[in-house]
Order: sequence, then structure tokens, then C-alpha cells
Amino acid sequence: MSAPTTTPATATPSTKPVRQLGDRIFAGSATGAGVLILIVLAGVAVFLIAQAIPAFTASPAELPGGKSLTAYIGPLVFGTLLSALIALVIATPLAVCVALFITHYAPRRLAQGLGYVVDLLAAVPSIVYGLWGVAVLAPASLPFMTWLQDYLGWIPLFAGPVSATGRTMLVVGVTLAVMILPIITAVSREVFLQTPKLHEEAALALGATRWEMIRMAVLPFGRSGIISGAMLGLGRALGETMAVAIILSGSGIITFNLISSSNPSSIAANIALQFPDSTGVAVNTLIASGLVLFVITLLVNSIARWIINRRREFSGAN
Amino acid sequence: MTSDTRTDTDRSRTDGELAEQAVVPMPLVRAELPRWAPWGILVASLVVVGGILAATGNFGIGLTLVLGALLYAVVTYVVSRSVEGGRKATDRVVTIVVNVAFLIALIPLISVIVTVLQNGIARFDGAFFTNSMRGVVGEGGGGYHAIMGTLIITALAAAMSIPVGILTAVYLVEYGKGRLARAITFFVDVMTGIPSIVAGLFAFAFFALFAGPGIRFGFGGAVALSILMIPVVVRSTEEMLKIVPNELREAAYALGTPKWRTILKVVIPTSIAGIASGVTLAVARVIGETAPLLIIAGLTTGVNLNPFSGRMTTLPVFAYNSYAAPGVPREPFIDRAWTSALVLIIIVLILNLLARLVATLFAPKTR
Repeated sequence: MSAPTTTPATATPSTKPVRQLGDRIFAGSATGAGVLILIVLAGVAVFLIAQAIPAFTASPAELPGGKSLTAYIGPLVFGTLLSALIALVIATPLAVCVALFITHYAPRRLAQGLGYVVDLLAAVPSIVYGLWGVAVLAPASLPFMTWLQDYLGWIPLFAGPVSATGRTMLVVGVTLAVMILPIITAVSREVFLQTPKLHEEAALALGATRWEMIRMAVLPFGRSGIISGAMLGLGRALGETMAVAIILSGSGIITFNLISSSNPSSIAANIALQFPDSTGVAVNTLIASGLVLFVITLLVNSIARWIINRRREFSGAN
Repeated sequence: MTSDTRTDTDRSRTDGELAEQAVVPMPLVRAELPRWAPWGILVASLVVVGGILAATGNFGIGLTLVLGALLYAVVTYVVSRSVEGGRKATDRVVTIVVNVAFLIALIPLISVIVTVLQNGIARFDGAFFTNSMRGVVGEGGGGYHAIMGTLIITALAAAMSIPVGILTAVYLVEYGKGRLARAITFFVDVMTGIPSIVAGLFAFAFFALFAGPGIRFGFGGAVALSILMIPVVVRSTEEMLKIVPNELREAAYALGTPKWRTILKVVIPTSIAGIASGVTLAVARVIGETAPLLIIAGLTTGVNLNPFSGRMTTLPVFAYNSYAAPGVPREPFIDRAWTSALVLIIIVLILNLLARLVATLFAPKTR
């Protein structure tokens, strides 16, 4: 207990905390790392745009294919979207079922191991899936595609004639689906596991069957998680290069015929296939198509983030 | 029934009504199918379908399983509905659907592993790990140059991404406030979505400015990979730093520890297990990248240990090129492609196990 008169010097303490040298260095380098990321990303955009500009300004005759830039990139965009869409349509319901199986149906002991296996499969390099697609899936799916043509040929999707090698858009779609299945499963599983236990138990206590519990408690809670997982999978499928490049021999056409031998290629696959042999304006054109792909995936991912963030605000469930 | 066990509704009823209820008791448990019923129906439907197919001469394992599963679902629904009622029947059918979907999803995933093992084991020998492809036209040769290329490029990418990634995560969690932090968070999200081929194009566009359009070298590949790797490292590290309890930081501050020492000595050691396993998973992620390396690192048949000059082959590119552009005869090239794929899967597997191990070994002692 000291009288106020004995401490005149400390009566007006500085409001700023003491900042050591080490503190300043550390804070500075952490901030610098963050800023570096911004610079790099700005660099990606600037350099891509700078290298793409010659393709926008070149006359159509100089471009590969001899037509306008939109005529060159259009079919590629179509092929990219079509293959990714097929993959998404096949993979999402399967992934949700697998995630449900792991979280709610499998024996507890098995579930953890299965979850780990799914995570591992999500990390298998895409080139492996590509090799598998062309060596195993393409020949194996020939009878099925013939059956589709024979019985469902009246649907334009399966008009045929069936490609003799089996290297078709449908096979690409299925391969991409196999590739993104573990990703969507992993995200959905995480969300399903976060379902409040009390909700599930309350539903069961009211006499709900397991399916009714899942429909009323788990799925509503996990819906945005499923959507964002599917969007992440879609982003992966859109940007997937090697599997498409190795399976399809694409031509610049737009067709919904999934099982014939002439297919549109995808942007990423086209870049990988054409880039090593390209020079001059052709390189700029490929970079311009890469820019388009960047914008498409950016849109898809932004939507996914938006959905995730919206859920974060709303999840008053727990 | 004594009065204290009665519910409110019971009390409002007269004794006569209660007596009436006792005469016609409401069953507490509905009729249920015996435990063996699902298995019985499954075996029966498979046998029936198999029998019909065999009789008509169309027998096939796949077809039998598909049609058998369909019949199984239908019969289960009908039987269960007649015995247990509609709700239970729906539940049983959904259980079947989920199980079948799981099995369907397993088929391609198992097939991938089995195919790679079967085809890759042929050249999984000493020569593959010690020989390069220099001067090899047919049999023999190996992926030594590709393995070295993969290791060098991935190590360089990791050396660039891990410090930047961890420091950024530290900034976001410990220092970041306001507009800059929000911008970084947003653009890290954007980076997560960059397709790998676009990262390769960026590295090419960047280095082509200085060295001309023919530029191909390993370091460029490392730059492209670190663009893909940084956001993964930032994300996982951020998650790990966030779950460090605030009490630990406050305790350190209360003892007069400066902030940077708190972070270095308290926050990071607490979360080092999660950070390390996140980093390992990020490495596993980029080690299998093909597309960017195809563009900027190029392809060569010889061993090149200098990432700053000359083309550099990596395993995925080697696998792709051996398969897509085989020489004559074809078989040795195809074999080498599969072996590269096998080696890649093994590397990824080891890295995943390592991540698990690290996470358990370094986990902070909570007691």
C-alpha cells in the first residue's frame, strides 16, 4: 500500500505494450509470408493474362485450327463441363451412401479403418486412376456401352456407334467419378460425424427407424456439407488433366453422344497434350484456355465456400 | 396399477376405461422378422436369379449379383411391409441400398489397387531403382532418374511451401486482424482451387519471361508445386493452431513471456503433431502431380540432379509418357509405366502412414 504521492513517475503509464526486437522480427516475417501469398497469386493472374493477350489479339488464321478463339476454346469448355458433370452425377449419391455407411451403418470397429482407407484413396495420384481407366475400365465397359446403344439408343446420349476401343466420354466421366468419390465421401463423413448426438438420440427415442433418424436429423444437418463436398469434387474434376488426356483422343466437336469415338477434349487435357509441341501463338492460345479454366474453377470454388460459410453462421444446431 | 405410477392421462381416465384397455391390450412390440430373415432372403434371391439365368443360358456373376440385389430389395420390402409395416420396410430397403452402394463404390477402388499391383510387380526389381532410361530402347532400363527427379522437385517445393505456409497460418491465427487477414484467408481459398495445370502454366509464363519460351527445368516444377502446396499447408496448420486452448497463451502472457516466444515455445509445440501430419499429407498430395511438371519440368531419359538447369523427369510424368508414347516393342514401356504408378502409390501410402505416426508420437500429453 503506497501513498499516491510516492509514485509520481508511474502515474501516467504508457498505453503501448513493450515490443521486443524478437517480437517485431517474428510478427514481420509472419506478415511477410501472408503478403507473399497475395503477391504470388497476383503474379499468377498477371502473368497468365500477359501471356494470354497475344492469343486475344491474334488474327483467327494464326490460331491453331484456323478459326476464332471462341471456336477453339468453346468445345474444350463443353468437354470440361460435360465430363465433370457426368462424374458429379455418378459420384455424389454413391459418396453420400458410402459416408452414411461409414458413419451410421458399419460396425464401429470397421468404421474407423474404412474412414482411413477413404482418406488414403483421396491421395492416390490421378495418373494412377488415368492408367486404370484406359487399361481396365475402357475395355471392361464395352459390353455395357453396347447394351446402352442397343436398348437406350433412342436417347441422344447413347446414340452410338460404340467406340471400338472403349475410350469414350462416358468412361472418362466414370473414371473422374471414381477419382472424386473419396473426396466427396471424406467431406460428407466429416459433416455426418458432427451431427449432434442428441438430435439422433432424440429421433430414435421417439421411435424413428434408423432411416427416419437419418432423414430427419443427419441429412438436414449435413446438407450443406454434402453440397460443398460435391463442389470441391467438381472443382477437382474440372481441373483434372491426366486421366482425361490419357483416355480421350479428343477432337474439336460439341456432341452429347457419350459413347462414340469422337469426343470433345477438356481444357486441361488439351493443354497437357498440345503444350510440349506448341510454339508462338499456339502457346498463348493454350494459356488463354488455361485462364478460362481458372475462372471456371474459381466460380465453382467460390460457390462452395459461400455455402460452407453460410452454414457456419447458421449452425445453431449444437 | 398404483396411483403413483400413473401418468396425467391415466389419471384423467375413469377406472372403467382402464379396465377396457386391459381387456384389449395394445401390443408394445410389433411383429418383427426373425434375425435370419435378411440373410435368408438374400441367399434365396441370389439362388433364384442364378437358377433362372442358368436355365435361360445367360449366367454371369455380375448379372446375377445385380439382378439378385434388385430382387433382394423388392422381396425384402414386400415381406417386411406385410409383417412389420411400411416404415420398417422402407428402413430395410434403405439399409440394403446403402450397403449395396458401398459395395459398388468398393469395386473400382479395389480394382485400381489390384490392377496396379498386378501390372506393376513385373518390373518392381532392383534395375528399376538403379537404372535410368539413357540409351534404353526396349527391355531393361528403369525409373532411377524419375525417382530422383520426383524427390528433388518435391523436396524443393516442400522447402519453399512449408515455411511460408506455417508462417502465414501463424499470422492468420495469432496476429491477423482486419482487412489484410481477411484478404489472405480469401485468397488462400482461391489458391486451393487452382487447377494443377494452371499452376504449371503460371510457372512457365513466369520463367519464360526471363529465359525464353523453351525453358524447362526442375526448379520451375518446384515453384508450380509449391503454389499447389502452400494453401494446403496454410489450411491444415491454421486448423491446428486454432484448437490450441487460449488458456495456454494467457498463462504464458501472465508469466511475462513475449508474444513471439509464446508462439514458438507454447503454441507451436502444442500443435506440432497436427502441423507435421498436415504437412506430410500436403507432400503426399503434390508428389503425384503430373500436369504442371509435364509443362515446366519436361522430360529426359538421363539422370539430372541439378534442378536449375536442364529437363528433369518425375515419376508421374515418366509413367504418363511411357504409357502414352511407348516405343517399339510396347510391352517394356507399359510395364515401366505400371511400376512407376506402383512406386507412387507406395510413396503416398508411406507418407500417409508417417503422418499418422507423427500425429500419435508428437501428440501433446494431455495428462
